[in-house]
Amino acid sequence: MSPIHLKTPLSREVLDLRAGDQVTLSGTVYTARDEAHLRMMEDGIPFDPEGAAVYHCGPVISGSRIIAAGPTTSARLNRLTGFLLDAGVRALIGKGGMSSQVADQLSGRGVYLALTGGCAVLAASRMTLRGVYYEDLGMAEAIWIIELDHLPLVVGIDSLGGDLFGTVAREANLQFDCRYTM
Amino acid sequence: MEIIIEFISSLLMMLPPARKELEFFAAVSDATYRAIREAEIRLPPDVVAAIREAARNETSDIARQELGHILENIALAERLGVPICQDTGVPVVYLTVPPAVPVTTDLMEAVAEGVRKATREIPLRPNAVLPLERINSGDNTGPGMPVVHIRPGKRLEITVLPKGAGAENMSRLAMLLPTEQNRIPRFVAETMLIAGGRPCPPVVLGVGIGGTFDGVAALAKEALIEPIDAMDPFEQELCDAVNALGIGPMGLGGKTTALAVKVKTASCHTASLPVAVNVQCWAARRATREVIW
Repeated sequence: MSPIHLKTPLSREVLDLRAGDQVTLSGTVYTARDEAHLRMMEDGIPFDPEGAAVYHCGPVISGSRIIAAGPTTSARLNRLTGFLLDAGVRALIGKGGMSSQVADQLSGRGVYLALTGGCAVLAASRMTLRGVYYEDLGMAEAIWIIELDHLPLVVGIDSLGGDLFGTVAREANLQFDCRYTM
Repeated sequence: MEIIIEFISSLLMMLPPARKELEFFAAVSDATYRAIREAEIRLPPDVVAAIREAARNETSDIARQELGHILENIALAERLGVPICQDTGVPVVYLTVPPAVPVTTDLMEAVAEGVRKATREIPLRPNAVLPLERINSGDNTGPGMPVVHIRPGKRLEITVLPKGAGAENMSRLAMLLPTEQNRIPRFVAETMLIAGGRPCPPVVLGVGIGGTFDGVAALAKEALIEPIDAMDPFEQELCDAVNALGIGPMGLGGKTTALAVKVKTASCHTASLPVAVNVQCWAARRATREVIW
């Protein structure tokens, strides 16, 4: 099955995606980790959040070049994400999945897209650096404005509550219980 | 003959002319730098082979695609000469030190200098911060960083294990009862059950058993230096227990959650059974360089 192509700003089209769908994404993404989320909550979002995609990533940047830019663990941002979705952000990109609370917040609004963790060079090969906010937070924590060219992703959590990570985790729990507690 | 050479070189080390000493420390820095560079850019062949094998075994489309991305990323990093992952880790260093080399603060400083050079020139992401102030040193060194483990050996060898946080954060330690040996597989599997997709599976698990509270964690990390192309029956049992969970590449489901489990043991108190699991992401980076001077 060939992947579904998406381009930012994202619209209601993301609501048709289902967990497990393979997609590619082009357009603009904004990187944000823990520190950037905290500052955005304090000072407001420095970019137009309507239809935006936020990428959980702390890249290695050299001059104006993106050397490596794979996803960071999204779960660290579970409790810091609601305000972004309230503001109109349509896609969160990261690795490892997010909490059921975030899945609820995505309901009817947006999706969580999983990028293969550690594939920093593959990701960087589809990226061009366009700018930066909050550079004082340091390389890993700043918000980098990045243009994407067909970044390959999997829909991890869809807007109907479908959660691939959740399904796998439930199955893993079942297997564990069968082996060790029954 | 070898003994004579060793004797002469140990005499030289005892009375080192200033210049010779500078050259020695420069060689230590350089070997550290080169080991880090190798580790960050090229995965060991046994790790690449294990990922290829996993890709062949997977039946789910998504799992195959995830492993395909990983293999593509490994090839791309090597071709471009850049780090495999943006989390270039914190430097964990193992030194084997021959009798002729005194373990001094200058030696430690030479290793730290190699880390600084690697950070500047590869470049690496500066990850080292003070734990409470969260102030970043900018060069991956600081109090207690790099982490340096020293053991006696024949040659001066530097092994580096750059350790990313995603997997490190999922590591666990338990002080089991001596009668709870049969709980070890459960504890190892439970570690990955809790971790799920967060540590970038397929992982390698370093398992320490025995020793003391602090020692068992060091054993678990040391187990990660071992090649993963062979497992003994106990390691295989632990690996099977983890893979039965079906967490799969990146937690998206699949047959391969762990590429391998490696175990290291040490004697412990008769009343203790310490167990530690150090989680390592698929980018199981390690490299060794000998210091020649």
